[in-house]
Amino acid sequence: MRYLPLTAQDRRDMLQKIGAASVDDLFKDVPAAAKLKGPIAGLPNHASEMEVERQLSKLANQNIFAGSVPFFCGAGAYRHHVPASVDQLLLRGEFLTSYTPYQPEVSQGTLQYLFEFQTQVSMLTGMPVANASMYDGSTGTVEAVMMANRVTKRDQAILSGGLHPHYRDVVKTHADLSGFKVECLPPTVKQAEDLASNITAQTSCVVVQTPDVWGRVHDVTALADACHKNGALLIVVVTEVVSLGLLPSPGSMGADIVVCEGQSIGNGLNFGGPYVGLFATKEEYIRQMPGRLCGQTVDAEGQRGFVLTLSTREQHIRREKATSNICTNSGLCALAFTMHLTLLGEEGLKKLSRLNHAMAVQTADRLAKINGVKVLNDNFFNEFSVELPKPAAEIVERLATQKILAGVPASRLDNAPELKNILLVAATETTTPEHIEAFAVALEKECN
Amino acid sequence: MSQQAARKMDEQADRDIPMVNEGRKTTPAAVTPRDTTLGPHRGMQLEEPLIFEMDEKCSHASNICGVDLPDAPNNTVRLGALKPRAEIGLPGISEPEMVRHYTRLSQKNFGIDSTFYPLGSCTMKHNPRLNEKMARLPGFNDVHPLQPQSTVQGAIGVMKELSHWLLTLTGMKALTLAPAAGAHGEFAGMAAIKAALRARGEDRKVVLVPESAHGTNPATAAALGFTVVSIPANSRGRVDRDALIAKLDNTVAAIMLTNPNTCGLFENETVEIAAAVHKAGAYFYGDGANYNAIVGRVRPADLGIDAMHINLHKTFSTPHGGGGPGSGPVVFSERLAAYVPVPYLKIENDKLNLVEDAATPDATVKSFGRLKAFHGQMGMFTRALAYILSHGADGLYQVASDSVLNANYVLASLKDVMSAPFGDGPCMHEALFDDSFLKDTGVTTLDIAKALLDRGYHPMTMYFPLVVHGAFLIEPTETESKPTLDAYIATMRELAMAAKAANSKDMFLAAPTTTPRRRLDETRAARQPILRWKKS
Amino acid sequence: MMKFSKDHEWVRLDGDVAVVGITNYAQGALGDIVFVELPEAGKQVSQGKQAAVVESVKAASDVYAPLSGEVIAVNDNLKNDPSLINSSPEDTGWFFKMKLSNKAELDGLMDATAYKKHTGE
Repeated sequence: MRYLPLTAQDRRDMLQKIGAASVDDLFKDVPAAAKLKGPIAGLPNHASEMEVERQLSKLANQNIFAGSVPFFCGAGAYRHHVPASVDQLLLRGEFLTSYTPYQPEVSQGTLQYLFEFQTQVSMLTGMPVANASMYDGSTGTVEAVMMANRVTKRDQAILSGGLHPHYRDVVKTHADLSGFKVECLPPTVKQAEDLASNITAQTSCVVVQTPDVWGRVHDVTALADACHKNGALLIVVVTEVVSLGLLPSPGSMGADIVVCEGQSIGNGLNFGGPYVGLFATKEEYIRQMPGRLCGQTVDAEGQRGFVLTLSTREQHIRREKATSNICTNSGLCALAFTMHLTLLGEEGLKKLSRLNHAMAVQTADRLAKINGVKVLNDNFFNEFSVELPKPAAEIVERLATQKILAGVPASRLDNAPELKNILLVAATETTTPEHIEAFAVALEKECN
Repeated sequence: MSQQAARKMDEQADRDIPMVNEGRKTTPAAVTPRDTTLGPHRGMQLEEPLIFEMDEKCSHASNICGVDLPDAPNNTVRLGALKPRAEIGLPGISEPEMVRHYTRLSQKNFGIDSTFYPLGSCTMKHNPRLNEKMARLPGFNDVHPLQPQSTVQGAIGVMKELSHWLLTLTGMKALTLAPAAGAHGEFAGMAAIKAALRARGEDRKVVLVPESAHGTNPATAAALGFTVVSIPANSRGRVDRDALIAKLDNTVAAIMLTNPNTCGLFENETVEIAAAVHKAGAYFYGDGANYNAIVGRVRPADLGIDAMHINLHKTFSTPHGGGGPGSGPVVFSERLAAYVPVPYLKIENDKLNLVEDAATPDATVKSFGRLKAFHGQMGMFTRALAYILSHGADGLYQVASDSVLNANYVLASLKDVMSAPFGDGPCMHEALFDDSFLKDTGVTTLDIAKALLDRGYHPMTMYFPLVVHGAFLIEPTETESKPTLDAYIATMRELAMAAKAANSKDMFLAAPTTTPRRRLDETRAARQPILRWKKS
Repeated sequence: MMKFSKDHEWVRLDGDVAVVGITNYAQGALGDIVFVELPEAGKQVSQGKQAAVVESVKAASDVYAPLSGEVIAVNDNLKNDPSLINSSPEDTGWFFKMKLSNKAELDGLMDATAYKKHTGE
């Protein structure tokens, strides 16, 4: 077996050194009834590289992949072009096969890119500090809510009806299991909401998403003021991080905690994971933050270096009193994010954002011309909602048979009856005018 | 302060790595200036500025871009009342500069690819590149989680295949692939226990956790509102069965037990413990962090476990990636099989269906809700499945055998010069030593670790588990050859002898001297945190 | 006169007011202190219950109230310079002052000789 270097002779020599007759003797503490006599029954034995490739390629080929068709899916996961150098560098063994940088003397590579990552996230979100990443945007959001509960010593969160329903559900599940309260406002696809009027003296935080799941962009400055007047925190969620190249930063609008799904930069769609959660906040809340933090210091020769720091917040030291049970972060996905953003730089990100917006404008204008299709947003970034004359899920399914991935039906995320005919349509820099036309023509046929 | 706190002060540890240098400062008091006769670099050990400094120095004024993008085809803006963003401050560099920057950073790191990396409890085994190649097939990495399920039957097929293997290997009844990492899996497993107790109309508050447990266990239990009660270890490095059984009553929701445990030993009374736990109406959570030692040889179901997470980045070789991403599927016994998060997999009329809505009526499932957006760490499922198919049932059996054989070989080859607190019997996949052999030498476990760095080895896990003093936890894994182990053993023997010899203390205290950085001042980092670059 | 708890806190009585900190022995065992979390003035604390948290680089430990009463002042200097606990644990590195509710509790604490014996020095 190609991954196992011991030879039969090695095994005999080693057993002799150990003083055991067989490997089975080394398993003597395992109760006999639980010990298998040989390889488990009913499963195939080892396979060559070629054979494994054949089996997995067969499965891969059963999927319609985004790059092969007109593609308009978003709703929290976006298809962007990732430069080739990003993925090539990601495969360097020193990055790929290293552990969490607990031995800083030999982990300066990981630590420096984490420090650069934290700085980039801090700049993008307009917040003073950021951590070294969370699993993804949705789990980052629930961590933000729990952090707000700790900071305010209150236990009631208010979730906007524009928050991605998966994110809402993740917070609800944790609230139910961990024992805090959450108030979820109804979907805002067709009507605005007045979050500020729901804030009470028990509110720990208000969670609002911009662009929201229906595509609308928001100025949350007044909401931030309303939160602060009542001693609550404002948590701003961004599921399309490319939007921050065009939209004002959440920090500039008064956010206390910002959580982003960072997948859009550097990371592929990957059928939903692994992704990378960005988590940023104000300086005064550093010690209430979850997750790993990288900090600058000096070594014994006075040279600048980096270490994981403020670890006493974490589970491995605080155990049951930790700020979170999180251990693993999203190291490689954070590396992909920071490498791609380094390549883009200020100019590139802004250009990319404008390009995304322009392609969405084109798509919306074209779809609006279709009889029976109504574009619901008058403002958006790269995704918007349309109302169709029939259930959106059915139309999407039919277009898929014509090899067009038309977007995400809102009913896939939330079974509220008013969402049945709503379709979320996203465009990015990978969208072409030909794709828009093909989509529009096919959609027109289905609608009439 | 509590006695316990005072005792633990000098040996606090992490699930994977180590901690304080016994009250001694982690940084040498005196700063010795670096020799700069050769300029900023030390030969081919190259210094690298921050990207922010590169841009400043080159006066690019942030308008260099390493990506060619077309101009937007129109200038229409639909941002409502919002004004387009002003300066962000991001640096930009060209592609060649970027490639060199990250290549140089990578050279300041060590991975399994570079050297022997025997971190106990972390299972740093070889990461086959076939896994990477398979995960990058466009049919897997370029599919959207919310495409119609009819267009991703192959992706769901990977989940089905992986599920089949994990269920067969563990002998369990149900599973969830949703959790993003091991600790997230623990949360899912303990959430299922909470949901099952609720369904029984019981509000049991106590979770028993052995003191040798990983920190995530008590943190997870606390996050779910349970009260953690610690169970001591016995003199054989196992959980004290009698102490545990004495604590079992109708307030106990579950025990969380790692097996093989964090001392690298098999909990040989696990079946009796499970029976007592079940008799008390509680559940048995198994922490699968050390599953690598028994994969394919022992089925957790046969040990009486009700829920267990599996770290795909340990047993099934998905890359650790400098700290993630992980993936933490959880397998469940019959008792908990109904209580899974969404999404979960159903097969209907030969079609694979991911049930995404917890409210979906289902005769066999009472889902407790959603733990994460979308469906789990698909990229990790593909990698793990490529590894599993490569090994097959016979290969995985050999994985467990060789990982245990390698650890016992290290134990047998070092126990005469180091001190092995439980060295009388065999260990499982990792060999544990304490620091009693260093008594009165002035050299600590941490010093040995730093000296190992100078000799080309990544250190073992230190100061964990807490149940022995100054722990060295060495996990070689099955992917190391005998010559590698022999060379490592020789180095460890030499260091153990050197520590015991007179006049060696200075060498240990100075170490490491050959690494990209010497010991770092962690006190300074924590007292005046600098967590981002700022324009000076 | 100073009194000591078995949990390594010291108390110095100044009329009805007790000044509280951690002992020289405790700071030595913890190593470099990087952060403290102090109670708020006005808080009622009870003997043997958590009143503050002290952190070194890699350990966090609860500090218990050696006596019961009301916290009337905290040492704000520690927030900016926690190293005072290392350099002057039993003087400028004090944690908080409290008004005692039960002076009799003092009798249960150790004097310097007994504490020295307690720490095995």
